[in-house]
Amino acid sequence: MTDQALPPQAPLVPVLSPAHEAWRVFRGNKAAIWGLVVLLLIMLVMLCGPRLYGVDPFAIVAPPFSEPFQNPQLWLGSDYLGRDILAGLLIGGRATLLVGVSAAAITVVIGITVGALAGYFGGWIDAWLSRLTELFQVLPALLFAMVLVTLFQPSLGVVICAIGMVSWTSTARLTRAEFIRLRSLEYVHAARTMGAGDWHLIWREILPNAMAPLIVSATLVVGVAILFEAGLSFLGLSDPNVMSWGMMIGANRRHILECWWAVTLPGAAIFLTVLSVSLVGDGLNDALNPKMHLR
Amino acid sequence: MTIVRRLLVALGLMVAVLAINFTLIHAAPGDPASVIAGEMGGGDQAVIDSIKKAYGLDKPLPEQFIAYLSKSVRGDLGMSYTYNKPVSSLIAERIGPTILLVMTALLTAIIVGTLLGVLASLKPKSLRSAVVTVFSLAGLAMPVFWTGILLVILFGKVWPVMPIAGMYDVRNYGATGWAAALDALHHLVLPALTLTLVYLAQYSRLARASMLEVLGSDYVRTARAKGLHEAVVVFKHALRNALMPLVTVAGLQFGNLISGAVLVETVFSWPGLGTLALDAILGRDYPTLLGVLTFSSLFVIAANLLTDVSYRWIDPRLRTTR
Repeated sequence: MTDQALPPQAPLVPVLSPAHEAWRVFRGNKAAIWGLVVLLLIMLVMLCGPRLYGVDPFAIVAPPFSEPFQNPQLWLGSDYLGRDILAGLLIGGRATLLVGVSAAAITVVIGITVGALAGYFGGWIDAWLSRLTELFQVLPALLFAMVLVTLFQPSLGVVICAIGMVSWTSTARLTRAEFIRLRSLEYVHAARTMGAGDWHLIWREILPNAMAPLIVSATLVVGVAILFEAGLSFLGLSDPNVMSWGMMIGANRRHILECWWAVTLPGAAIFLTVLSVSLVGDGLNDALNPKMHLR
Repeated sequence: MTIVRRLLVALGLMVAVLAINFTLIHAAPGDPASVIAGEMGGGDQAVIDSIKKAYGLDKPLPEQFIAYLSKSVRGDLGMSYTYNKPVSSLIAERIGPTILLVMTALLTAIIVGTLLGVLASLKPKSLRSAVVTVFSLAGLAMPVFWTGILLVILFGKVWPVMPIAGMYDVRNYGATGWAAALDALHHLVLPALTLTLVYLAQYSRLARASMLEVLGSDYVRTARAKGLHEAVVVFKHALRNALMPLVTVAGLQFGNLISGAVLVETVFSWPGLGTLALDAILGRDYPTLLGVLTFSSLFVIAANLLTDVSYRWIDPRLRTTR
């Protein structure tokens, strides 16, 4: 027997790790790559832009309603108070992204905990947690967040908690469904037979296998949370000492016709950010879906 | 789940919503009585005590909750600080414009969105399918108040043909009948269009995905094999099953219509519940704010019940009690 006796038709298939394989599919999705690139660029600008530009977004630096592209010192013009639009744009995404990502993190933590406990234990725990989920689904999200922010003061922390509190229900339902599907699979029974406790089964056996749809849903939650933060700051319900894109639009709301640039530009920034987040989410959806790997 | 059990759950949810609102009032920093006194221009301890007595705030919490519950059930949501009117009558005044706005947008979006989704699903690799996908991605990423502002700039400045604020023109003050209705419709165009664009993005995406799934199923192949006309297969056989997820989302959105309209109403100064809620926030008018929240939550519960009933109507398999 020599090596030449091996069947010649079997082509060499490189064995890729799941992460590598996911990246290969993700890389093939042009829109997702564009989304990722734009998102990284936005983050880079948020990180370095304000320091490089060095203008205080709250400072009054020019006459109000200065038009854009007229003055090289004031590239994007000024708003109704005479504040530099470019300075606001450069720093305004920090609050937006921070709130979006933190609120999504809270959403995911609450959602996974509630969903995992309900789906794993079933019975009365499931019944009560499902009622709780239903209750929070019934509360009108934006109004409830508005009430929370009004009753407690509008600081970044309160805004983050308010958004997190109203948006965890869909993650909880998704996690619960995944846990119900996975908990009766053989490998879970095997682990239980070997003496694994509930805690180990939930976090080490079932959750890792439920991660793919949860990661995708978490990405989508980031986009929703960014829009949510923008809406709250547009209504004037955000920390008044932190410049954000939504706040720029809200502040200039009464002067839409006098200075269109002060409302359209921050809106375009929000749009671009949310769009790239959702493109990345779509890409992850394909990349983490095993059915797509067969192609 | 039988209808009776569903109703009991809805009842329990209503009590829970009221309990949350009650907790919110008491968990907020600051004593409600001194807040009220502050809104009235301040007052000494005697004034605060008399307010406590008048609002029953001197009684133990459980007793206060029962009183709050029985009042809410009777439709008494308290008095507005700013308008000095019962909150329930304020809500009654403002609910009409909100329902008009949201229903116009929702119905347009459902019909047009379903059609777009169906068209896209028939040729999933075609240009028109790609256009629908890009449109819905963009529509979902646009902040709704920004869309509204863009429309205001477009139709208020660049090509000023549409009214951009309010529901009636002040020059038509006192008009009734057809003139008033036409005026309101004219003012409705832009806010309704803004809201429609958001909903449309969701429905066309959902309808496309749902139709693609249904069109691949065996019974659709059977229907085609029987030699049925393609239009019959698509619109009679496939669409009916593809509608289920659309009904779910429509139910959720109908219930959430007050919340969903807040931003659009603010942009266009539309005199609905959303602007009422925002004014209540700016004026620190807690009874009105909580009243709108309570009312909206009860509205969602009612809408969910309706959605459940319409499932049974669309899907005969659900009619038999399980």
